[in-house]
Amino acid sequence: MIRLQNIHKVFNAGKPNEFTAIRDVTLAIDSRKATVFKGPSGSGKTTLLSILGCMARPTSGRITLKEREITSLPERFLTDIRRKTFGFMFQQFHLIKGISALENVMIPAYPDGEKHAALKKRAIGLLDLLNLSHKASAKVEWLSGGEAQRIAIARALINDPAIIIADEPTAHLDTSLSREFMEIMRRLKEQGKTLLIASHDPIVYESDVIDRIIGMRDGEIVSSGDHP
Amino acid sequence: MSAIEKQRHIIDFMLSCLWRRKGKNLSLVVVYTFVIFLLASVMFFAHAIKKEAGLILRDAPEIMVQRLVAGRQTFIPESYIDAIRKIRGVQSVTPRLWGYYYDGQSGANYTLMVNADLKDRPGEILIGKGVTLRRATAEDKIITKKNDSIPFKTYDGSYLMLKVKGILPAASELVTSDLVLVSEADFGKIFSISRDQATDLVLQVRNEKELSTIAAKIAQLYPDTRPILRNEILRTYDAVFDWRAGVIIVILSGAFFAFIILAWDKATGLSAEEKREIGVLKAIGWETSDILLMKFWEGAAVSLSAFLMGILSAYLHIFFTASALFAPVLKGWSVLYPDFRLTPFISPYEIAILFFLTVIPYTVATIVPSWRSATIDPDSVMRT
Amino acid sequence: MTFHPGILALLLGSVLTTSMLCCCAYEGARIIRNWDIRSGSELQLELERRTYLISMVMSYALGFQLLSLFLFIYTADSLSALFVGAMCAAGSLHVNGFGYPALILKITGFLLAGVWLIVNFTDNKASDYPLIKIKYILLIFIAPFLVAETLVQGAYLLGLKPDIITSCCGTIFTTDANTVMSGLIGLPRALSQAAFYCSTAITLLLGLVFYLKGKGGYFFSISTLISFLIAIVALISFISVYFYELPTHHCPFCILHPEYGYVGYLLYMTLLAGAVSGLGLGAVMPFHGIGSLAEVLPRIQRRLALISILSYAAFMLISGYGILFSHLSLSAY
Repeated sequence: MIRLQNIHKVFNAGKPNEFTAIRDVTLAIDSRKATVFKGPSGSGKTTLLSILGCMARPTSGRITLKEREITSLPERFLTDIRRKTFGFMFQQFHLIKGISALENVMIPAYPDGEKHAALKKRAIGLLDLLNLSHKASAKVEWLSGGEAQRIAIARALINDPAIIIADEPTAHLDTSLSREFMEIMRRLKEQGKTLLIASHDPIVYESDVIDRIIGMRDGEIVSSGDHP
Repeated sequence: MSAIEKQRHIIDFMLSCLWRRKGKNLSLVVVYTFVIFLLASVMFFAHAIKKEAGLILRDAPEIMVQRLVAGRQTFIPESYIDAIRKIRGVQSVTPRLWGYYYDGQSGANYTLMVNADLKDRPGEILIGKGVTLRRATAEDKIITKKNDSIPFKTYDGSYLMLKVKGILPAASELVTSDLVLVSEADFGKIFSISRDQATDLVLQVRNEKELSTIAAKIAQLYPDTRPILRNEILRTYDAVFDWRAGVIIVILSGAFFAFIILAWDKATGLSAEEKREIGVLKAIGWETSDILLMKFWEGAAVSLSAFLMGILSAYLHIFFTASALFAPVLKGWSVLYPDFRLTPFISPYEIAILFFLTVIPYTVATIVPSWRSATIDPDSVMRT
Repeated sequence: MTFHPGILALLLGSVLTTSMLCCCAYEGARIIRNWDIRSGSELQLELERRTYLISMVMSYALGFQLLSLFLFIYTADSLSALFVGAMCAAGSLHVNGFGYPALILKITGFLLAGVWLIVNFTDNKASDYPLIKIKYILLIFIAPFLVAETLVQGAYLLGLKPDIITSCCGTIFTTDANTVMSGLIGLPRALSQAAFYCSTAITLLLGLVFYLKGKGGYFFSISTLISFLIAIVALISFISVYFYELPTHHCPFCILHPEYGYVGYLLYMTLLAGAVSGLGLGAVMPFHGIGSLAEVLPRIQRRLALISILSYAAFMLISGYGILFSHLSLSAY
């Protein structure tokens, strides 16, 4: 589904603080599978995720998404693809404060100009699936950690993307919420979604939902194995 | 249509953002409104007063002839009238007799003018509103009413008591405030003038296009005279008020620049929270041009509200409180202030100029900061 | 004279816009030199970000050009009271040698900016910025026009002195003087009417052909330009006369006055819209061969053609309305 070839990502090129985040990575991601990226901080997994998720352009190398080369696409096209193909979940959730949970869920779909009523219906449907419809109009500051997590998931799903990308999703969750999170991931995988997760939490990478574990260190892939 | 829905979504979101940070935005809107209020007040006032002057001067004589000796105006002999009346195109020539009278008690200058209606009623005068407010001392205001008498000091030191038979209507206050109409006999008693002299001559002309030709002929006939055309006066008024308005605008430019710097500072000084928010929007699928759109609508909302409030308050200021803040500067210094209510006169032109002088610089100041904030990398939220 | 609020506004606006434009042209030059879409280097990403800024500034500049065009005429109009002999903008513009050139440069500047924005819009629709270098070369070419416009306008506005005697529109737009203008007005009315109706009809026809069949783009584009010029001549020659209901009043500026229902704004805006869209269509014609534009270009051009057709049709309707419902009959003249 996604193919990376000889990807390099260099920050501050030519300056004294030049830093190579990704070094010559070649990788192929299969669809409908769950992949975990494991490694210490600074290993480049976040950067790799952002490149996989069309959020950043590699300094050199090639990327293909569903057989279409997207390496040099201008931002407006890349964003269009990203919005329709990917759903993101961040370590800090990054929900927008001061507005309701429901509105947070709908925001990613605003640029597509869908009719408000239809969009709202879809958003409420998602909240239903995640047992959160009673919190639809609550301000996000008042939600608990687990509820915020589920709002973040709903937001990632609003455009019905084929691929979900999660960066350290369980970093702020306790054990039971983490397990709950993996169950939601299982459900999503069963629906046919591809999952890409960066995590160093054993609850995540040891779960049987995961098909493949990719280890990273210093911007390179050091191990890539199927999860037994 | 999806484009309209998209704008609607973005505007909704933008309004909620503005509201959430209302403290910070409010200070900007207040200053913005104030700047527009100042500029609009100046422009409305100048425009209204020009219009007013134009209306009043409509009844002024088309040509007025004065006589100058050594650069100063002096009396014009009535013998000049015949030759001037013979000039082709002149319909009538009327002599006017008037002068300035200094009232020691009030410290004001009145214009004393001979009125033909009072010819057979010596001892009677008609006065303008300003004259009714003579002050005896700094504290006492003596308001003169009908049938009161006012003492006039004559040229030989004696006093002539003249009875007020009427007060000139308030509607004409702008030009009649300091006017005193007297009979010819009384005028002669107050100022020692020999007969057959006039202060100036007033001409009526058949064809407007002939005005400059006739003026030239008069100047040729009597080189010691100065013909003044009504439209010259109008033009001078226009120029003076425009100039004064412009000078005030330039003086206000200090406030204006402060406002622009504030706008720029506010736009560049995005808090970490705001930056994060934009980063999140970009990460979840908003494109740079979507953020730019949002910033555009934000600028439009701020500008529009400030503009409307500024203009409305300026309108109320000038036309309902008689421009309490500006009046002294724009009207010119004088002891007698006519209390006139300006008729509300504004035109789309003024609004357009205000727009150019305020909204456009504001927009320019915020273009680069808006763009900077809109081009935050989408992966910035991943890296935190 | 400099202190007139209208003059201050125009000068301030022009200086701001032109300086921003020059910065854009400079950035454009940088982009032309260093652009490489296939590279993922930070320089390339920075340049891509810059193109957004340039697009934004040019959009605002275009909006400003349109507004300042009308503000300029309005200011000239309101200043006419200060000049002996002038009764409307026509006289004020005649006061010194820079007035009419400023007006022409403003109109040209507006058209050029509009065409640039159309090229920019087209470029953005393709997935590899195929026209990036072309459009910035175009921008560098346009910039001097706009700088010239600011300078000429400045020279005009700052050179206004109230005691100059000038002429009113009655003497400028008349058949008696020995100028190009009087030559145009003095044309037999039948000729200018025929030219106007013919050129507009041809433009509408070519537009329909292009809209439906996609052929003849260049012809249509050139036709819109010719129609634009002929329409302006027609306005001066006979259309305005019907609105004024006075056979000798040919002034192109007085129709902007409130006593004629501000109809001048409608007429000029439809003409400008028609000209810009038609010219823009022509400007992007050469790019049919480019792969990434193959799909979007025809769609964009069809929309431009539609806008142009509707604008010229609206112009004809409004002027036709004025002619039909005027209380004047020119048959005796």
